[in-house]
Amino acid sequence: MLPIYLDYNATTPIDPEVAAAMLPYLSDVFGNPSSTHWYGMRAKQSVESARRRVAELLGCSADEIIFTSGGSEANNLAIKGYCLAHRDRGDHLIISAVEHPAVMEVADFLRNQGFRITVLPVDGQGFVSPRDLEAALDAGTLLVSVMHANNEVGTIEPIAELAAIARARQVAFHTDAAQSVGKIGVRVDELKVDLLSLAGHKLYAPKGIGALYIRRGISLQKQIHGAGHERGLRAGTENVLEIVGLGKACEIAARDLVDNQVHMRRMRDRLFSGLAARLAAIQWNGHPELCLPNTLNLSFRHLEANAILSGLHEVAASAGAACHSDAIMISPVLQAMAVPMEWAMGTIRFSVGRMTTAEEIDRAVTAICRVVTALRG
Amino acid sequence: MKPIYMDHHATTPIAAEVLETMMPFLTSDYGNPSSSTHVYGRVARAAVEHAREQIAALIAAQRSDEIILTSGATESDNLALKGLAYRQAINKGHIITIATEHKAIIDTAEFLKKQGFDVTYAKIDAYGVIDLQNLRDSIRADTFLITVQAANSEIGTIQPLRDIAQIAHEQGILFHTDAVQGLGRMDIDVVRDGIDLLSISGHKIYGPKGVGALYVKKGIRLHPLIHGGGHENGMRSGTLNVPGIAGLGKAAEIAKRDLIQESERLLNLRERLRKGIESRVDLVQLNGHPQQRLVNNLNYSFSFVEGESLMLACRDVALSSGSACTSASLQSSYVLRAIGVPETLAHSSIRFGLGKSNSAEEIDHLLDLLEKHVRRLREMSPLYEMAREGVDLDTFAWTPHDHHNH
Repeated sequence: MLPIYLDYNATTPIDPEVAAAMLPYLSDVFGNPSSTHWYGMRAKQSVESARRRVAELLGCSADEIIFTSGGSEANNLAIKGYCLAHRDRGDHLIISAVEHPAVMEVADFLRNQGFRITVLPVDGQGFVSPRDLEAALDAGTLLVSVMHANNEVGTIEPIAELAAIARARQVAFHTDAAQSVGKIGVRVDELKVDLLSLAGHKLYAPKGIGALYIRRGISLQKQIHGAGHERGLRAGTENVLEIVGLGKACEIAARDLVDNQVHMRRMRDRLFSGLAARLAAIQWNGHPELCLPNTLNLSFRHLEANAILSGLHEVAASAGAACHSDAIMISPVLQAMAVPMEWAMGTIRFSVGRMTTAEEIDRAVTAICRVVTALRG
Repeated sequence: MKPIYMDHHATTPIAAEVLETMMPFLTSDYGNPSSSTHVYGRVARAAVEHAREQIAALIAAQRSDEIILTSGATESDNLALKGLAYRQAINKGHIITIATEHKAIIDTAEFLKKQGFDVTYAKIDAYGVIDLQNLRDSIRADTFLITVQAANSEIGTIQPLRDIAQIAHEQGILFHTDAVQGLGRMDIDVVRDGIDLLSISGHKIYGPKGVGALYVKKGIRLHPLIHGGGHENGMRSGTLNVPGIAGLGKAAEIAKRDLIQESERLLNLRERLRKGIESRVDLVQLNGHPQQRLVNNLNYSFSFVEGESLMLACRDVALSSGSACTSASLQSSYVLRAIGVPETLAHSSIRFGLGKSNSAEEIDHLLDLLEKHVRRLREMSPLYEMAREGVDLDTFAWTPHDHHNH
């Protein structure tokens, strides 16, 4: 039997409604949107309709949305694209210490290109401090990039407040919203951001598709050259099938946001209270309220995360951010939050989703308790 | 009613077998291949690695880890050129290519030029074939890359890959080819042909859009284009598009399996179309090489007829009057201009791209349409009238031109 999937922050299944919307694009509707004939025009219309759905979810105009191959490419385009386009105006990028590798590595690349990088610290719950941002800004600062919600601990950053500080100094603001879109409300006007990345496969759309919101008036240097697709900002034949999937996923995310939030929170809290009632020496990392409703980052003191997971055949969860789980090390996020080693080493991220059931949670609680109790002898 | 599709250079439908292969990854098998701690991730990883082997087999690569998965051939072309360019210690060095390359190559090369690199467009003849002597003469001490496509998307001309590779390697220069149009339609073997890097597209070989690959010969390191979690040996970050990759793998397997049989069938169909056009319509000009061309491609200029008007008139058949990527603009095709086709004839051109779904009956139907509509459109053309009366016809007739040297 397949294990209970509690790793929705790593990736999500494709929603059956999304799969159904994609089906025609696996067969009949196969045109290249650049073609001027019937096949091309149908494909083009589908792409534009999906773009409107993404825009509606984020509260922006359709022409402010660029499709990419995923969240990583969107982050690369936003940060490199902005910094390299505005090189003549400055040389300074500010990020936080808990960013996804697709932001961290881009910052490293830019450092090698001669940019100055400031990495803002976070507190014990993973929050960036507005005061630290204020102090880090200088005359050469071009861009601030702070993620909306953290993939490991789920902490929701005070983006509106941070972005307002940047805006007052005429500094552009980017947020990686890959984890927040579909789990909490994400509106670009409320967040006051200039650039926002999202990833399809974190919101029940397929892998291989993402989008970047680019506020009107913000100019970027294109990163993938070729023909003039995506308003000249991203060349390459559109991934029509998955764009349609992303559009549908965004429509569902907007429609069902409240119900999904309530459900995820209930499942996540049931998991935590089930474990807390039966196990000692566990600790919830992050903030209990300002946290994604589906994420539970839990430390089991003195245990080793991989030892727990390898005994836990009934549950699929993650010992760190999935993207860099090949190497055994304390995740940079937990390090940045200064989680003590005795706790950090035994940290597991459980993330629930729309499809998670109470019965699954109860079975997971039983299995986790069994493994942890056995390991503690 | 749905038109007959004859624009297989722009894109191809997903093959039924490919669709079947993709379905589990659109439904039950949704793991992230990077999730190494659980079975969902491991199933996805296994599917990706299987596809990588299928892709390697298509081009006869010796190791599957020579295949880097991308979001499509445009990204592959960008990664090949920029990935090698940014490996240079400083932004200096020389790239040789030709003027009929896909926009993904031309635009990237022009971008690199702005960054300090030099680019030479080697001469091509009136058929679009590279001039090998000129290629040799264009090589400089700092040339690090020659990139020449396997076959052209508009005029179907096939390039002498082995000769180009040999010239490159004699000087220790790497050879990249954008093989998007050639794969599944011609036999490509990276070892035999001496190819160091090769771009692949899913949606041109009956796989899905949004997925492609770059073959990178063992030992060659590229600077990544997309930074992040270090996927694809650090050369391309981003969660892998598992359904797309599984689809591309299957499409590659089928392309290899059916190559000989399908090429022969397409060649027969193409010759039926060619003979039909040349016997039933006068004043036509074949663009591209008469023999050394893709089995599924024809490109004709119909004098005194606007390509766009003819396309509209024959709207029961989906055709192209230029490369799909540029057909939205009113500019005549840069490929036709580069091989010296006069502007008027370039605007009169139609590209025929045959594929798996096409039959002899469809070819015959198209021929009826072409004959009827070319005649009708020419009846409305005063120029045609003049030409028929013997006025200055030579101005509009085909003459072989020198390529445009950029």
